[in-house]
Amino acid sequence: MNIPAELLYATSHEWLRRDGASATVGITDHAQHELSDVVYVELPKVGATVEAGQQVCVIESVKAASDIYSPASGTVTAVNENLGGDPALVNNDPYENGWIFKLDLAPDADLSALKTPEQYAEQLGQH
Amino acid sequence: MEPKPKPTPLAPVHEALGARMMEFGGWWMPVQYKGILDEHRAVRSAAGLFDISHMGQVFVSGPDSEHFLNALLTNDVSALRDGRGQYTLLLNKEGGVIDDLLLYRLSAGSYLLLVNASKIEEDFEWIKSHAAGEVSVENQSDLWAGLALQGPEAATILARLLGPDVPLPSRNSISSLAIPNGPVLVARTGYTGEDGFEWFCPAQTAALWWDKILASGSDLGLLPCGLGARDTLRLEAGLPLNGSDLSPSHTPIEAGLSAFVKLGKGPFTGSNALEAQLRDGVTRKLVGLMMPEKTPPPRPHYPVLHEGVVLGETTSGSLSPTLGRGIAMAYVPAACAEPGTQLEVEVRGRRFPATVVKRPMYRRPPASAAHH
Repeated sequence: MNIPAELLYATSHEWLRRDGASATVGITDHAQHELSDVVYVELPKVGATVEAGQQVCVIESVKAASDIYSPASGTVTAVNENLGGDPALVNNDPYENGWIFKLDLAPDADLSALKTPEQYAEQLGQH
Repeated sequence: MEPKPKPTPLAPVHEALGARMMEFGGWWMPVQYKGILDEHRAVRSAAGLFDISHMGQVFVSGPDSEHFLNALLTNDVSALRDGRGQYTLLLNKEGGVIDDLLLYRLSAGSYLLLVNASKIEEDFEWIKSHAAGEVSVENQSDLWAGLALQGPEAATILARLLGPDVPLPSRNSISSLAIPNGPVLVARTGYTGEDGFEWFCPAQTAALWWDKILASGSDLGLLPCGLGARDTLRLEAGLPLNGSDLSPSHTPIEAGLSAFVKLGKGPFTGSNALEAQLRDGVTRKLVGLMMPEKTPPPRPHYPVLHEGVVLGETTSGSLSPTLGRGIAMAYVPAACAEPGTQLEVEVRGRRFPATVVKRPMYRRPPASAAHH
């Protein structure tokens, strides 16, 4: 499984790319593989205030609906509208074009609970 | 604690192919190999191979078997000639569905019942306990493996495998093949809405036949397919799943299966209840539902509403890979069952439009049905 070195990871298989006071969030290669064919993404609302660990949206495969959790606290500033027409972007390009939402991080947002790529690889049993 | 699910004779094959496995009807079954969408499309455009060893084989034989089965099942057994099969239902006394099954007449006084995995024991006990006259009932489910080869290329693939001297059975027929590694019973039936075959062989030959069939069709796009695609294919074809769309609390008349209920043949278990329903009309009907594109896929047990009032819930539901939109089945009041009726399906607290449509929701376009 691909685990990019520059990202942070949640135990629940979301990734976070920090860019100063904002961040982009998606699900990991492992998560998209486990979900298999993604057929629908219920995006969060722009402007929504979310807490770290809060369920913010739903990704549906043919077989099941899965909750997606925000890896950090903040305010949703953008959602990936392309997923409406092409939800399979989550499968085909999970770390780039398959991103799900962007956040303005809350001033007290604590990213220290997130995993490094090495720690996430360990969680997946990849050493 | 639930008993451990039973592996089919093909379990090592599924493992070698990297299948994702799940429990279904007491069996440990493959859900998918490559992915449900690819497997679904393979069956619609080329062919797919499914392990259906979880299904049960009950043999009924003896001079009184036709009479006995006719008093037990909804369809008219006396209409079957040798080698022919029919879809039929086993009902309780109230007319509710115990199981839906395929009945084949192998020869005079010799019948095969192909029953659902989760109902093997229940059906067998029910049939045995009702047996009347000179009839013997035998559950051979553990002796047989089953493979379903489904799709527009299925006949080509099987003809390649068997060679020119073995005629393929016609639709709804079954043939007993005396071939090496046999015996094999092959029926031209399926659960996908496509042409195809169901192949029953001794359990110990299952892996051999699986490999031979796959090898005969891999260049034509034949893929191994799991229960995930089996479910989306049968739902598009409007075929009910027992335990979801059929249950002891609904009759085949309510389920829209009147074509397989022959009241004229004489009484059978549950026929009184069905006669009353046909005379007085049913209060609820199983309908097909179709949702617009880009709405979340419906799933079983989602609320179904009409003008804001909850009417019931979906019994099956999925994205239709062929149609690119959500499809479902649900029991609704007869007044809301007309095709074109606008209903709503509730998904995570939000309501989305759903239109009542005729089953099947997908039918193979006739122009492409015979392109060979």
